[in-house]
Amino acid sequence: MNAVSKEDGFVVFDHVQKSYDGEVLVVKDLNLYIGKGEFLTMLGPSGSGKTTCLMMLAGFETATHGDILLGGKPINNIPPHKRGIGMVFQNYALFPHMTVGENLSFPLEVRKMDKSEREEKVRRALDMVEMGDFINRRPAQLSGGQQQRIALARSLVFEPDLVLMDEPLGALDKQLREHMQFEIKHLHERLGVTVVYVTHDQSEALTMSDRVAVFDDGVIQQLASPEDLYERPENAFVAQFIGENNRLVGTVKEVRDDTAVVVLPSGAETTAKAVNCGKAGDATTLSIRPERVTLGKSAGENATDAEVLELIYLGDHIRCRMRVHGDEEFIVKVPNSAGIHELQVGSKTKVGWATEDCRALDRA
Amino acid sequence: MTDASGPIVTADGIPLKRKLARALFRSRARAFGLAFPLIAFIIAAFIIPLISLLWQGVHDPRYATYMPRSAAAVANWDTVSPITEKMAAAMVADLVEARKSRMIGRVATRVNRELPGSRSLFTSSARVAKKMKPPYLEALVKKSKKWGQLATWRAVKISAKVYTPAYLANAVDLKYNADGSFSLQDTKHRINLKLLGRTLQISLIVTLACLLLGYPVAYMLSTLPTRTSNLLLILVLLPFWTSLLVRTTAWIAMLQSQGVINDLFVLFGVTTDAERFSMIYNKTGVLIAMTHILLPFMILPLYSVMKTIPPSYVRAAKSMGAHPSTAFWRVYFPQSVPGIGAGALLVFILAIGYYITPALVGGQDGQMISNIIDFHMRKSLNWNLAAALGLVLLVVVMFFFWIYDRVVGIDNMKLG
Repeated sequence: MNAVSKEDGFVVFDHVQKSYDGEVLVVKDLNLYIGKGEFLTMLGPSGSGKTTCLMMLAGFETATHGDILLGGKPINNIPPHKRGIGMVFQNYALFPHMTVGENLSFPLEVRKMDKSEREEKVRRALDMVEMGDFINRRPAQLSGGQQQRIALARSLVFEPDLVLMDEPLGALDKQLREHMQFEIKHLHERLGVTVVYVTHDQSEALTMSDRVAVFDDGVIQQLASPEDLYERPENAFVAQFIGENNRLVGTVKEVRDDTAVVVLPSGAETTAKAVNCGKAGDATTLSIRPERVTLGKSAGENATDAEVLELIYLGDHIRCRMRVHGDEEFIVKVPNSAGIHELQVGSKTKVGWATEDCRALDRA
Repeated sequence: MTDASGPIVTADGIPLKRKLARALFRSRARAFGLAFPLIAFIIAAFIIPLISLLWQGVHDPRYATYMPRSAAAVANWDTVSPITEKMAAAMVADLVEARKSRMIGRVATRVNRELPGSRSLFTSSARVAKKMKPPYLEALVKKSKKWGQLATWRAVKISAKVYTPAYLANAVDLKYNADGSFSLQDTKHRINLKLLGRTLQISLIVTLACLLLGYPVAYMLSTLPTRTSNLLLILVLLPFWTSLLVRTTAWIAMLQSQGVINDLFVLFGVTTDAERFSMIYNKTGVLIAMTHILLPFMILPLYSVMKTIPPSYVRAAKSMGAHPSTAFWRVYFPQSVPGIGAGALLVFILAIGYYITPALVGGQDGQMISNIIDFHMRKSLNWNLAAALGLVLLVVVMFFFWIYDRVVGIDNMKLG
């Protein structure tokens, strides 16, 4: 999805700041424009400010500074119950004293909808998540995945334009989590509702989102599609946070066009794509994805000596920890194919990478 | 799993159920062993004394033990036909015997409860009974005209019963008659039901006041960060660490007519110096002091329940469009009901048997049922009636417990 401008943003954070104690800003000058129908994920480690942003959008926290707009209207002074935003909570927050049907009916009742219409909508919402048979159960009688579906149905039953999800899959086991990721994604595609999703799980963010906003330290580090985020990280934090990454720290010797020559602590030189590395003399972090490293005789460009330190057998591939340019945490993913047995702990070989695949970023 | 028809057996051929029972027995025996000292203590120090004391409410063998002949003689008397010589002879023989064994005082006390004035009749008659000659009825009537009255002999018939409903009847303002019927107590003696009603009324008001005052406090405590709430919880508990007597007398200092609160009222012109409010030594004083003393018992269960209600429930309700008050009443409040139930039941049951506070600040119209029990235990020495009153109180508490179980459900209660 292309970048959304401030004017046609459905949800707009305009220079939003938030502080709880008046000393530390947990959200620093946030500008984020979310398009209608978009699935946007706020991804970041805990304490990065992503949940605070979601809570400000939902109305449970107030912005210390700046405006939040929904459909072009500022909502800073609108209480949460008048915002009409659906929300799925981390632990589902299904009302334990009500049945599934009563839970779903609740948002319709407070909207003074009549009984037949309510029943119709509740039934349709339950069918949507394939939970029609559970209408008379209590939440405590449901499994985690089933509760998750009910929470999802409840957030959608009153047909909001915007649904917020606060780490909704955090309590599920891995298999169920992956299954629910697809279900949420498909629901989003089918209903065309705008979703703002908060998670600290990067694979979840990459699987589901149109765009991902990577948060750290109260700032969006990068806002991009999952592909761009992985392939073209713009700074060392994003490169490290998304996917697996090899980091080499060095100093820029010179920048020609978009290629940087970097001197590593060992004295060796390597070339990298200059992304965010400053000028000659600046410190830089080189980021190389483990699957982009070539091994042995095929190592052409930027080839250097490497020593195998550890081998971890993972079935379809082998993780190989090596010493490269003095870095002992250098990981190479080797496909499990013929000739793999040549790799032995302690054996010496060559590694190399294309200049294009090595990104020179800021100093982390 | 292989053979569905027969019972499942373990590897060594013993049926699984027996093996399991054996394994469970050991852990149960261990658990019982750990609890045994406390169980033994409770049985010895609480259950046995309680039962033996309450037993006195329906069991009074004094007359039948020390005056067996007359007890047997009146047993078949129909309470209306004339007194027979046989009854009189048995009575004289018993009086002689009881005086000899020095038990006449006890017997006289017992009969006196059924017919005031009988005490001296029995003790004085016993003194001269030895010299009486037949016909005994004439001799008795010569000693006192009362022996010729049916009322005296009816009192004897009631007293002669070993198992008697007389005290229980008395406890609920009824009179047990010699012919086995019940009638209302004389108006001037009808006090127990009034006291019981007042006790229930005070307990209900105190429970309600504690709920109204405690609910917002518990809510605030449950929403604050743990450090602050722990500090404030200590303030809630502070009264627990102060003697009950000190707290009650502190209220006397506060509420009396020359006390702090009345002084403030006069200062701010709420009342004049001549018309100070009387807030102590009456029901008002009891209500204020008891609400204060019992408040922690309401706050603690409420707090412990509210602490477990995640804030996300109310948030979820609001996000679905519920007005904050709707979110409270439909989502938060129902989940706090177990705490309300526990707190209310605790406060009510404590209040219904409250003694020291009404005794100290109750005055005339602030006395409760426990105060009259105390009166019978220490002043009138009518332990049987005290026991009967205690039994009535126990039944009332059980009744409210039952109501609570029907309405809220005892398994819905949560004490923490």
